[in-house]
Parts: sequence; C-alpha cells; structure tokens
Amino acid sequence: MLKQSGLTPDSARYREIVPAGGYWIKRIAKDQILRIVDLEGNQAADTLFFCADDPAERYSAVDTIRAQGNVYLGLGSKLMSTECNVMLEIVADMVGQHDTLGGACASESNTVRYALDKRTMHACRDSWLLAIAEHDEFKLTKRDITHNINFFMNVPVTPEGDLSFADGVSGADKYVEMRACMDVIVLISNCPQLNNPCNAYNPTPIEILIWGTA
Amino acid sequence: MTELLYETVIDGGKHWSFIARRGTLLTLTDRAGGANVGMLFYNPENPLERYNAPDTLKCQQTFRLTRGHCLYSDMGRIFCSVVADTVGWHDTVAGNANKALVAERWGIQTYQDHRNDWTQNGHDAFLVEAGKYGLGRRDLAANVNWFSKVAPAADGTLHFDRTNSPAGSSVALRFEMDTLVLLHTCPHPMYPAGPYPRKPVALQFSKADPVAADDYCLNLRAENGRGFKNNEIYHLCAADAGAHSC
Repeated sequence: MLKQSGLTPDSARYREIVPAGGYWIKRIAKDQILRIVDLEGNQAADTLFFCADDPAERYSAVDTIRAQGNVYLGLGSKLMSTECNVMLEIVADMVGQHDTLGGACASESNTVRYALDKRTMHACRDSWLLAIAEHDEFKLTKRDITHNINFFMNVPVTPEGDLSFADGVSGADKYVEMRACMDVIVLISNCPQLNNPCNAYNPTPIEILIWGTA
Repeated sequence: MTELLYETVIDGGKHWSFIARRGTLLTLTDRAGGANVGMLFYNPENPLERYNAPDTLKCQQTFRLTRGHCLYSDMGRIFCSVVADTVGWHDTVAGNANKALVAERWGIQTYQDHRNDWTQNGHDAFLVEAGKYGLGRRDLAANVNWFSKVAPAADGTLHFDRTNSPAGSSVALRFEMDTLVLLHTCPHPMYPAGPYPRKPVALQFSKADPVAADDYCLNLRAENGRGFKNNEIYHLCAADAGAHSC
C-alpha cells in the first residue's frame, strides 16, 4: 500500500545527498521523521539501526519479520530491535515493498555470488566499516554489523521456498519515511553493487531528509 | 558406513555448544516429531566470522534450507554443508523466542518449581552458550531452526507448518572448516500455543567421507563451487590440507 507524506522538503531541518558508494551515519531523536529518497530510481539503501543509548540493542530482521508475520517491509511496518522493542515505524511509502532478507553486499560474498576476482570491488560492508571507523563516537565495531534493511530493493520469495533478486519496484523520486520510536543511530550504505539488477547495474545517489526537533 | 564416534540426546528446552572440526559429520534426529534446533556458527579462530543467513539464502537463491545447501559465513566461506535431509525445509528467517514470548505463548515454569523442566527460551540459551566463548548479545545473528518450516504465501505472509518434521526425521551436516556451534532445543518462536513443546533431538558425530569431485553440495550451484574454493584458500598449507579435499 502506498501513502504519500504530508511533509514538504522545504520544511525539513536537514537535507543531504549521499552519492552512490558512500555512507551516512547520524543519530536521530525519538519522534523525528527520517525520509530516504531514491533520487534516480532502482537504488538500494542498505540500512542498519542501533539503539542510541545501548547500541548492543539493534535492528533485528528476524524479529521484525516474525512480529509482523510477513517477509516484506512496507507502510505500517514496525522495525523491531533484538530486544523486541519498536525502533521505528514506516509512516509513508511511495514504493510498496522493501527487503530485509537479502542482507548487504560484501567483498567476500561477491566472490561466491559472481567470481573470486570480484574480491576487490567496493561493497556495502566496506562502506559500513569505514563509517564506524571514521565515527568512533558511536562505539560500533564489526560485531555490530548485522542483517540490514534494503530500502527500495525487491527480493521476492515463493511458497515453494525460492528467493530471487528481481528488478527494482522503485523509481525516480520515490521515497520511504519513518518515525523514530526511540533515539537511534542510523547507518546507511548507498549500495555500490555493479553485479546485479538490484540497482539496474547503475548505482545512483539518494537523499536523506529529517523533520522534527533533535 | 562411517564409524559412530559419539552419540548423545539433548532433551527439549536445553542448550549446548562445541567445536566441530573440519571433516566432522553431525547427524541430528528429531526423535518425537515437531522438534526445533536453533543453531549458530562461528569461526573459533576469529569469532567475528559468523553464520550469515542472508548470504546463505541469496548465494543459493533459496528461502529454505535442505540437502545440497551450504551454510555460509559472512566471509564467503562454508561452515558446513547439508549432505542429507529427510525433511526438505528448515527455517533460517524466524529467529528465536525470548523469555516474554515463551511466557505469553506456553506459560512460565520456574526453575524453583520445576528444576530442569523449566521453560527455557532460545534467546537466553544462545546468550549462555555464547558467553562461554567470550561472546555476547552483539555477537548473535539470525540462526538456523532445524526441523522447522515457515513458508511464505504469495503476499509474503508467513505460516508455521506443524507437520514439517515427523518422528525420526534427520538432517546431516558436514563441517567444511573448524566451527564453533551453539545450539538449543527450545521451541520455535512460531510454534502454536499450548503446553511448552519439549522435543528431544539425537546428535551423532562421525567422520565424514572426503568431498568428492561429484559431491552434491559442491555442485548444486556454481556459487557453492566458489564457496568451497574460498575454504580451500583458507586451508592452504594447513597441516591436514589434502586429507579432506575441500
């Protein structure tokens, strides 16, 4: 189900464009609204959330899937933590379906999925690792890199148990918007993947907007 | 026929852990039907390398685990391969029950009143076993739930299948590298309400046959061939390299 946001970009307190292959990390406060915009379409925003006061509590794909009884994320999805608390809720969505099964690309999984000589290609996990190294104020390490959300990405599953990476259902200027239900650290890799159709083999920028008081 | 080296039964609602050496064949048997075995995998040389369910699913384009599938670490290596399976579907997307979920779904039996028949939960079970190796809640990940099936409908809605694993069902794992295994036999988080399900599971350890060129797991998909190659690179010049042709 699609729902347009009532918020206008010119009223946002924060706007930033994250280039393809870049990262974004920031603390946002409870009740702030976070929007991620797929500026050119068919991009994937690989996103992790951590409880700001206790980063050992973090986004849990399996608890989110189980709690809502559905594998896909969309409008109304409550993004659950490892302690089964609601971290954020999707309050507007122009895409309809987001993935949280497929994980992030890594140099090492690229060797398995495509070819051993892909091991030096840039990958989401490298962006995350650089982000937490350059922002040690968040006290995150590789231990904290866990299963993520792929906003805008389409990973359909079937009753027979198959799973595939399909062409995206997103498009230029489509967005997803969340309300934070606790103070959270947001860590995003704007996916640099060049080997599969999740971003049409063409990584493009995303925009981040925030509304509400810090 | 491989020689049985060790056999034990883990009663329902319990937990255990061990290091399975490369070349170990571990066969799990659901003795009563409807069992669940939560399992996590780490590299004992570097526990930051751990089971990665998303990589396992996307590398093999599957939502379920069964014979032929390899269980991947986040470093592109294979902890173990599923060399035999009478069940056909094992879950790795539904996670664990925690204390609150157990209390709500099946009720609480305290240790004080029920001794070792208390109602243990998978989340706490993993924390206890992880702690024995210096690991904690930041180290937990999406786990496997052997013998449990959670199937998606066309719209993505998930359904737990109670009939998935009849009594006597078994699944066999061949370890392709030394692996720290954490396991519990606590109920699957989507098992229906009623009395706390307490299902025993037999574990049999034996030595696996070497991986042959025509091995089913190795050849299931081109991805698995590359995964096995990553293991081979990891074991280059290891003392027993070649004894178990990875």
